[in-house]
Amino acid sequence: MEYFVQQLINGITLGSIYGLIAIGYTMVYGIIGMINFAHGDIFMVGAFLALIAFLVAVAAGVSSVPLALFIVLLVSMALTALYGWTVERIAYRPLRQSFRLAPLISAIGMSIVLENYVQVAQGARVKPLPPLVHGGYTLFEGNDFAVRLSNIQIIVVITTIALMAGFSFVVARTRLGRNMRACEQDMKMAALVGIDVDRTISLTFVIGAALAAVAGLMFLLYYGVVDFFIGFLAGVKAFTAAVLGGIGSLPGAMIGGILIGLIETMWSAYFSIEYKDVAAFGILIIVLIFLPTGLLGRPEVEKV
Amino acid sequence: MPREGKLDRPPDLPAALKEAAIAALVAFGLFVLLIGIRTDQGPTGALVFTTRFGALAAIVAAVFVATALRALFWRRIVLAFGSVAPIPIKRSAARLANYAAAAFLGFALLVPIVFYGNRYLLDLGILIVTYTMLGFGLNIVVGLAGLLDLGYVAFYAVGAYSYALIAQYFGLSFWICLPLAGLLAAFAGILLGFPVLRLRGDYLAIVTLGFGEIIRFVLLNWQSLTGGPNGIPGIPRPSFFGLPFNASEHGFAATFGLHYSPTHRIVFLYYVILTLALLTNWVTLRLRRLPIGRAWEALREDEVACRALGVNTTNTKLTAFAMGAMFGGFAGAFFATRQGFISPESFTFTESALVLAIVVLGGMGSQLGVAIAATVMLGGFELFREFHQYRMLVFGIAMVAIVIYRPRGLVATRAPSVSLGKPKDISAAAVGDARTETPA
Repeated sequence: MEYFVQQLINGITLGSIYGLIAIGYTMVYGIIGMINFAHGDIFMVGAFLALIAFLVAVAAGVSSVPLALFIVLLVSMALTALYGWTVERIAYRPLRQSFRLAPLISAIGMSIVLENYVQVAQGARVKPLPPLVHGGYTLFEGNDFAVRLSNIQIIVVITTIALMAGFSFVVARTRLGRNMRACEQDMKMAALVGIDVDRTISLTFVIGAALAAVAGLMFLLYYGVVDFFIGFLAGVKAFTAAVLGGIGSLPGAMIGGILIGLIETMWSAYFSIEYKDVAAFGILIIVLIFLPTGLLGRPEVEKV
Repeated sequence: MPREGKLDRPPDLPAALKEAAIAALVAFGLFVLLIGIRTDQGPTGALVFTTRFGALAAIVAAVFVATALRALFWRRIVLAFGSVAPIPIKRSAARLANYAAAAFLGFALLVPIVFYGNRYLLDLGILIVTYTMLGFGLNIVVGLAGLLDLGYVAFYAVGAYSYALIAQYFGLSFWICLPLAGLLAAFAGILLGFPVLRLRGDYLAIVTLGFGEIIRFVLLNWQSLTGGPNGIPGIPRPSFFGLPFNASEHGFAATFGLHYSPTHRIVFLYYVILTLALLTNWVTLRLRRLPIGRAWEALREDEVACRALGVNTTNTKLTAFAMGAMFGGFAGAFFATRQGFISPESFTFTESALVLAIVVLGGMGSQLGVAIAATVMLGGFELFREFHQYRMLVFGIAMVAIVIYRPRGLVATRAPSVSLGKPKDISAAAVGDARTETPA
């Protein structure tokens, strides 16, 4: 029981990170109907930017960890958002009228570019960062097993909830959100009623990338290591989360993320740690076959 | 697409400089931390960083100059060379392609004779033909049927491991194992395809990617069967229809009264894979003329229309999938026998991406294009060997650039084998229009 609760806590933390990445997939898919294959690598770039920004901040004499983390959060969000914007501008926008699979192929190319760019620029070795946030609480003990909730887990979950709330507000209540929803329903019609479609799509990518940057920072704090390849698996799992929750749906992305985090943690805890990534891929396949609209998604209407 | 009215306008220097300044600013933001600062593990294990502002300044300056030049002269270049869209398909071009294909094939046949003494070039030749064959196989799935398969390497792996394991446990020879490996790979294709082929294009892509990774993870972790990360060593080499390539008196050299040379086997392997590749090519070309091939092409052009006309889309996709998988399996068995050693390392997503890039570059659906793309790409990798850390980077950039500027392939086009009415000049814009405006 204690063991289970502990895995529950770990799973929710991990799932929050996946959820943050999944939002990027789900939003882009909702609006332009493409899988932004490079999004996992945007997350990886975000993690690297956070790492480097932190080292620079420390070298510049910022000694308080919370302040440094706050600066790092802002810097990495801003710069990762710039990456998201650039990727959309270079690799996806020219293809909006092209054949069906073109954006996906371009996205795969972009994913290869980002991975190898970071590998060339920063080396292939893993980058360790000593734990910055210490401490935590022991919730309860029993059977020689103490259930712990660490401060970093609290930070991850609270940040995720705050961002989710903020972002849902943006989508539901602001002009930008209204434009986004309009583009999602019908891009041509949205353009006719005076919405700047290009700008809305750009902003979608910018927001998705900024959220991925937060996920990158959380990943860095939680695991303490990054390398240029983390984006691939994290990306696939987050995509699975988006599909599981119902692609195009924001709460779906979050729920899907947490479910995937839980499944992965439980699988490693009770079955086998070697096959945990197989579990993620397996779930993706099973969900797509039996529940292609996901938990909260709408069935897709095929238009000629 | 160039806007006609603006073509004759003189270059606008202030506007170009402004655009370049913005691009340079964006580039600075992108590269300031990742290029400007390099992190490495210091002597104590903690990360230390060094600055590389010189490289950063150079890149930003390069972006500035490139953007300014593009803004000033791009329209003129477009004007001078006509459209950046693909060259229209002409009959003369088609005949030229036939000659090119014949010349290419002739050269491929002569490679072992011309370069007999050069082991390095022969090995490169084998590599190029192997990837050409993989490209042909994937071309059936992606180019003909229009199904994006990101896990093609899975079938390659199934073929390689099938041969290695059958040879190891049952002692069967390469020539018996080859069809078995193909069959097993085709079976794997059907196994995967059956449940997932109802999915729409991009979902299918992700599922195949997942399948590729699952196969790799299983190979890594099923230690008792596959040897896990250590792979399978000592895979038997192929024999010349029973005559082994060794110095013994029953060997190939002794039987034909030749002096024994290890090159014999390399040449033999080269011709084996060339035959397999040509077989794949021939089967593809013939299949394209069968109803199933027509159905594949129709499916690629418009799935909804296909279904309306009574084509069983699931079965059609499944055959394409199985066919592509089978040829992947053949190539895998060949790979295993050539290497003599296989491990899951050889079957990563990068491999799938490489084959996919060959197909995309070659102009999805074109056989000659695939062969040229494989030659250019793998030859290029070898030429720029010392820059090997940049090669995947360049290759990713090429993939994006090709899809944007030459969406129907660098080398060739992929017109349907039959169509009603005149074939139209196809560019990215026309494809978009065709999808929305002309009835299928």
